[in-house]
Amino acid sequence: MSRRRRQAQSVMMISMTYAAAAIATLPLLLILLHLLREGAAFIRPGFFTEMPMPVGEDGGGMANAIVGTLILVGVASVIGLPIGIGAGMYLAERRGAPFATAVRFLSDVLNGLPSIVLGIFAWEFLVRPFGGFSAMAGGLALGAMMIPLVTRTTEEMIRLVPVSLREAALALGYTRWRTSMTIVLRTALPGIVTGALVAIARIAGETAPLLFTALGNQFWSTSLDEPIAALPLQIFSYAISPYDTAHAQAWAGALVLIAIVLVISLIARYATRSRFGLGGD
Amino acid sequence: MRVEDAEAEAAWPRKATAEEMPEPRKDADTQPAPAVSIREPVPEAPGQPEQPVHPRLATHRLNAYFGEVRAVRNATVEFPDRQVTAVIGPSGCGKSTLLRCLNRMHETVPGAGVEGDVTLDGSSIYRGGSSAIGVRRNIGMVFQRPTPFPTMSVRDNVASGLRILGRGGPSRSEADGIVEDSLTRAGLWDEVKDRLRESAIALSGGQQQRLCIARALATKPRVLLLDEPTASLDPLSTQTIEELVYELRTAIAVVIVTHNMQQAARVSDRTAFMLGGELIEVAATKTLFTNPSDSRTEAYVTGRFG
Repeated sequence: MSRRRRQAQSVMMISMTYAAAAIATLPLLLILLHLLREGAAFIRPGFFTEMPMPVGEDGGGMANAIVGTLILVGVASVIGLPIGIGAGMYLAERRGAPFATAVRFLSDVLNGLPSIVLGIFAWEFLVRPFGGFSAMAGGLALGAMMIPLVTRTTEEMIRLVPVSLREAALALGYTRWRTSMTIVLRTALPGIVTGALVAIARIAGETAPLLFTALGNQFWSTSLDEPIAALPLQIFSYAISPYDTAHAQAWAGALVLIAIVLVISLIARYATRSRFGLGGD
Repeated sequence: MRVEDAEAEAAWPRKATAEEMPEPRKDADTQPAPAVSIREPVPEAPGQPEQPVHPRLATHRLNAYFGEVRAVRNATVEFPDRQVTAVIGPSGCGKSTLLRCLNRMHETVPGAGVEGDVTLDGSSIYRGGSSAIGVRRNIGMVFQRPTPFPTMSVRDNVASGLRILGRGGPSRSEADGIVEDSLTRAGLWDEVKDRLRESAIALSGGQQQRLCIARALATKPRVLLLDEPTASLDPLSTQTIEELVYELRTAIAVVIVTHNMQQAARVSDRTAFMLGGELIEVAATKTLFTNPSDSRTEAYVTGRFG
């Protein structure tokens, strides 16, 4: 092959990867642009402090939905993070054990489970037996979605910690348990935090499980045993209504939801800018 | 089970005798006394069997396994106090495995097994209820690659072996004294005394390795094991570490595994040669390199293989 031809081929391949990289970010850019165009005009201070107006009337905000989403994410995190991180530590420590292999496989299956399936399941076991929709049921359903995500990222991050570090701690007279907690977990922590925040960002926008559990609420409620409003649910109910003003509110709500996810991602980046430790990219 | 000394002699005729032990070097004696208390040297007493004196560390017909593979075969060797013993041999000869049996690190590998015994000052580190944790606190280890804990500062790295002692350990101010003392012994204090709060991974590779030596020394071990400690370092850092090893012998027993024969010749008092999992010859370093009694040793040290 001539030199000229090699160079031409190289330029072509590089151009193609550049193009692919650009196209990969295109959907996000288009969504952001459209949301800004449609929703930005309706974002005003009242949007964050006022309650939603009855369908058909102008104005109002999404205060209850924003607070509701934060409560749901909080409940989900309280359940999902400890279990997910604990399971991830177990999988990393006992990577070859039959039980670990089974858990890893089932985690991957659960990760790929359509969220609507999880929602129906949660309705059957968390709503129906307790006689009503509740924030608790919504938080549990979202927590169940978080567990496999957190489990797998925790496992990956702990596996990135070199075996030599573990051996160094053992050689100093550390017990296995102490080595895992103070050396391995600490070293992997930035990566685990990133994984946790990515999981939180992911569930914050989930709608399907909430349709069957938290239901949504037009009124102010922070009670865990009452139906609770959530941004995705509010967006959904506005978007399927026939009024233009409701559609505008939906766009604005979507913009706020994306902003929340973006802020969480930025916190993840900031928390894990590698000062020391591994991972976090 | 403790193997009788006489039996060990019979099983291992080539074992180095006391006559082959080099005299303690003069320049080592003129060194200023280190800050730590110097333990009484264990005298070699070949002619006094009624007063059996134990070497600091010894293996007795030691076999080490990885699953079915026997990586160390029937190794019986003594590591005297205040001497550096080098273990040399070609790659895969079992020298690192032998070393890792000496502080019970071998058993941390899945499928690993150990037969025979290792004694520290005459008592078994495997039998009689001795715990791996306790053994490792008495026998420090430094690895091929520097392993500073990346989440800890320089100071906390050195103090990490002390912190696990909990309430029985030193207070914070006592720990600071031990940290300074250990870093001084590792020849690192002057370079890091203003950087104690910085992350340990900001240090250079050679500094990191000396930090690991300081960390191992902080718990006041009776023996220091070095597993190819200079394999990942540049020549200058290697020289610094070698000088350090040379000085450490004034206080404790040192066992150093190295694939570098020149290094063994430079830093050690005694050298053990391993081949295919077997200890072929253990002798005073000078004897082993200039007048080996086994033809395989001679072939290896003269560069005919390995």
